[in-house]
Amino acid sequence: MGKLFNVSASPHVRSKDSTQSIMTDVCIAMLPATAFGVFQFGVHALLVVIATVLGCVVSEYVYEKIMKKPITITDMSAVVTGMILALNMPWDIPLWIPVLGSVFAIVIVKQIYGGLGQNFMNPALAGRCFLLLSFAGKMSSFTMDGWTGATPLAQLKAGESVDVMAMFIGRIPGTIGEVSVIALLIGAAYMVYKKVITLRIPVTYIVTVAVFAFLFGQHDLTYVAAHICGGGLIFGAFFMATDYVTSPITPNGQIVFGVLLGILTGLFRIFGGSAEGVSYAIIIGNMLVPLIEKYTLPKAFGREGKKA
Amino acid sequence: MSKCVERIYNGIIKENPTFVLMLGMCPTLAVTTTASNAIGMGLSTTAVLVFSNLLISLLRNIIPDRVRIPAYIVVIASLVTIVQLVLQAYIPSLYSALGIYIPLIVVNCIIMGRAESYAAKNGPLESAFDGIGMGLGFTVGITCIAIVRELLAQGAFFGFEFIPEDYHITLIGLAPGAFFVLSVLTALQNKFKMPSATNGSVPQSKLACGGNCMSCSGSACSANHVALEEVRQVELAKAAEAKKAAAAAAAAKKAEMAAKKAAEEAAAQAAPAAAKKDAE
Repeated sequence: MGKLFNVSASPHVRSKDSTQSIMTDVCIAMLPATAFGVFQFGVHALLVVIATVLGCVVSEYVYEKIMKKPITITDMSAVVTGMILALNMPWDIPLWIPVLGSVFAIVIVKQIYGGLGQNFMNPALAGRCFLLLSFAGKMSSFTMDGWTGATPLAQLKAGESVDVMAMFIGRIPGTIGEVSVIALLIGAAYMVYKKVITLRIPVTYIVTVAVFAFLFGQHDLTYVAAHICGGGLIFGAFFMATDYVTSPITPNGQIVFGVLLGILTGLFRIFGGSAEGVSYAIIIGNMLVPLIEKYTLPKAFGREGKKA
Repeated sequence: MSKCVERIYNGIIKENPTFVLMLGMCPTLAVTTTASNAIGMGLSTTAVLVFSNLLISLLRNIIPDRVRIPAYIVVIASLVTIVQLVLQAYIPSLYSALGIYIPLIVVNCIIMGRAESYAAKNGPLESAFDGIGMGLGFTVGITCIAIVRELLAQGAFFGFEFIPEDYHITLIGLAPGAFFVLSVLTALQNKFKMPSATNGSVPQSKLACGGNCMSCSGSACSANHVALEEVRQVELAKAAEAKKAAAAAAAAKKAEMAAKKAAEEAAAQAAPAAAKKDAE
């Protein structure tokens, strides 16, 4: 017995996933949509993305430096927040607006509540809603190819017909990242392949919106398809609603969450005042997550269920 | 420091109603859109607060304890009506800007709170100065919030606009903005450890409760502590007396029992003797 045994507590087998690797995967998954946005809208869109990402990373660094906390900018979460926020911007926004939004998202929504894992609301979306309420005019005027046009959802709301194929490819006015469904789906497929996200939340979310639009909107498949492809639904469902921190971890909870988001989005889009409602639906859903998790907690292995 | 100056210092700095006591949040959130509105609101509230504290302090021995809240409300509502009519007559612009929030001064919890926790237990002069201190503290607090909000949301300082409209942050002018500004200012106050009742690291008084107002549910001014201490002494004395009385009663009972037992024994001894006598 000349050999010492190494005794340690479980778990003995760990996966190679880390916050950094998962966040990097999310960033990679957003690249096709970003590239399409830059290709369609021009260099200024790229500047918006760079400014927002830099704004997020720098404000996280500065806040942690001032508060004498460990610097966490290398875990990429600030980069993800910045990219999501940037892809939610119109391409011709003055650069200081997204920077202000990223400071709000990182400092107020994320860091003050305790940093990554403690924020009760998706920081990027909270930053977006802050900007949307503060600079309504600039945040909701979308230009493309030199003319200002209504987004397809606004056209739908006004009762006009839309070209679903153009919406699927992305030749429509809108924010930088939400326009091209195909580019978003490529990114989403990458995330599903790398097992970064499961399909529960996005699929229930999108299906609920479709059913809601069919029941309460028009009984017309083109209309339903336009609702699915239009606005930020695909982007929100795959990239924002699936944020680990602000979505339920229980499988049943994720389904409840998706349905809830779908109903809220449908309500905002069809009965609400504005044409789009994905952002508000997701942040309201974020706040209900603790409640959803409380009621969908699965039974611990080996425990008998309560007899009814 | 005389008692009256101490009250004013206490109201503005130590127990500032906006940043420390967190009272009167409804006007704090609603009228702080411009600095001039906030000053108007603060001074109206101060006027009501001074006179309500004075009147309630004068009436404190007449008002029956059970109906004190309705009585306070009658006093406060009359004063608010006076202030409202005065504003309407002399400063109509402020009157229309503040709107519904003038009548709502009646239910401002600073006024009720000071009436209940200070004026009802202290003399008229101190109460009036407490009203001045609290009112000025409230005015200073909401004016600070209003200056920041006006600057960010309307790019103006007391109505003088100097930031172009493109750079106005509309959200700060809405209700959530009031919460943001209030919380950030309170956080700064705590960060720089300004003297206040809720800052733990500030030297604390040698009161029975440690002077820690964070764990105190009522208002915790020193006068209250004196009053509390008096009540406690009286109660302690009462308890001691009751204990003594109980002990005396127990002793008496014991003596009685002993006497009874003795009598019974005597009777028991007497009974056989009597029976014997009968038999004979």
